Amino acid sequence: MSRRTKTLLRYTLLLLIAAISIGPFLWQLSTALKGAGENIYSVPPSFLPAEPTGGNFTRVGEVLPVWGYVWNSVRVALATVVLNVVGASLAGYALARLRFRGRRAALSVFVLALLVPGEAVMVALFLMMRSVNLHDTLVAVVLPGMVGALNVLLMYNAFGAQPRELDEAAMIDGADAWQRFTRVALPSVKGTVAVVAIFAFMGAWDDFLWPLIVLSDPANYTLTVGLEYLRGTFVGDQRLIAAGTIIAVAPLIALFFSLQRYFFRGVNEGAVKG
Amino acid sequence: MTALAPAVRRRAPRMQGAATPWLFLAPALAAAVAFSLYPFANTVLLAFTDARTLSPGTFTGTDNFVRMVEDHRFWLALRNGGLYVLGVVPPLVLLPLLLALLVRDKGPGVGVFRTLFYTPVIASAVVVGLIWTWLLDSRGLVNGTLQALGAISGPVPFLTDEYLLLASAMLVTVWKGLGYYMVIYLATLDRVPKELHEAAQVDGAGAVRRFLVVTLPAMRTTMALISVLSAVAAFRVFTEVFILSGDTAGPGGRDITLVMLIREVSSGLDGNVGYASALSLVLFALTLFLLLAVLRLQSGASAPGRAGAAGRGRR
Repeated sequence: MSRRTKTLLRYTLLLLIAAISIGPFLWQLSTALKGAGENIYSVPPSFLPAEPTGGNFTRVGEVLPVWGYVWNSVRVALATVVLNVVGASLAGYALARLRFRGRRAALSVFVLALLVPGEAVMVALFLMMRSVNLHDTLVAVVLPGMVGALNVLLMYNAFGAQPRELDEAAMIDGADAWQRFTRVALPSVKGTVAVVAIFAFMGAWDDFLWPLIVLSDPANYTLTVGLEYLRGTFVGDQRLIAAGTIIAVAPLIALFFSLQRYFFRGVNEGAVKG
Repeated sequence: MTALAPAVRRRAPRMQGAATPWLFLAPALAAAVAFSLYPFANTVLLAFTDARTLSPGTFTGTDNFVRMVEDHRFWLALRNGGLYVLGVVPPLVLLPLLLALLVRDKGPGVGVFRTLFYTPVIASAVVVGLIWTWLLDSRGLVNGTLQALGAISGPVPFLTDEYLLLASAMLVTVWKGLGYYMVIYLATLDRVPKELHEAAQVDGAGAVRRFLVVTLPAMRTTMALISVLSAVAAFRVFTEVFILSGDTAGPGGRDITLVMLIREVSSGLDGNVGYASALSLVLFALTLFLLLAVLRLQSGASAPGRAGAAGRGRR
């Protein structure tokens, strides 16, 4: 095979797979932009809307409080990010850089927590939230994911990889643990902090099962649960469902396109998350 | 141990109060105990009771497990989980490796392709499920295209046939997972020494042969890791089947998965929390078995910077 044919073959394959990866999103966007007068079931299918309209995006906001769901998801995701970044970096630093009795026991708590899948404790978690009257609140949505054990271990690894000398020099200069953490250690693990923040955001924004279980009042729904509700309520109207899914996925795609390298890094650092 | 530690080390305790490390650990430790370990312990206890959502229940021994063995839906869920593993693991081990090989070498626009291949990973399973529900609808794009091509006379019942629905959900899982595992392969491919390829080339090995004798053996650990990761995820599948079936678990509920069953049994004010907990323990046992395999793999082939390496550096 000549070099030229090889390149041609390679790019043909690349284009084909790109079409398979992105095509479904584009088809959904196309459906969302088709007006009520346009037949979305035509055979053969028409890929481009004849008269693109944003009407479905307005209409989906009228039939359901979609923008309220967006706001709920934003609050849940931001709270999850802040709690994970703060909780995981504090704990990771203590485990990697402070010496104390019980360090190993503390470390094993996080490893054990990592082995318990969320799906296996959701029933008990729901009972817990009920017993403290937090069920059907956004607080209950956030709490179980507030500090992921995996994130603690990621930060522990990042701090552990720093040269000891940095810490020891600061110690000799009389810096206490808090000062060493904020001024010496934290600034040099920004990359891992970004990975933790991005994956916490994505996890919270995309989560479905737990909010589905713990939320019951439609006013409290997050976007994913709201989308499922939308589907159940307006089973026939694919245009509205399409508009809703575009609203849900667009912010993440924007985030991904601007911060790609952290997404790729995160996959490898957290492969065990599955 | 203290006697052997160098002077610098012994100074550490003086620089921090005894409570300091625990203050640092408090939020994360509280979360791990309150939202993982405690609920897990509670799940174990509840599994041996007849607890309901609103009543704590009494000890009933192994009743829940006896009931499980007699519950045909439990066996259906196990069967579907097994089918799911068989259906998604091979494509998720092989296809991402091919994708990784396609986007590994530099070339115009290759970085863009890498980004595009990863896009399905970031979308929520709900969004992805709804997109494919519409694609596979009896009047959706796939059936429309097949009909326009004259390949079929009536629509293919992707979402209403017991087995086709399960296969469709697997397709969605594979489609969404390809980019994720591709990135894992890319990292491993970076670590294959170039010299090995060059040596094989000098020996006259063609591209296919070099792939078989150099690349594939170097990928073995990663392939095993991905098999286990995707198998764990397959047993825990919920959203894809839930969304594609429209919350019905398919015709006659025959496409139910273990997580769907747990949710259904436990929901409502009279939910059978005890039985759902027993089912949760089965799910836990299945995933624990596979996760332990992963941990073994990772400590065996630990890359620099992983927990094992960091731990060694400090001893």
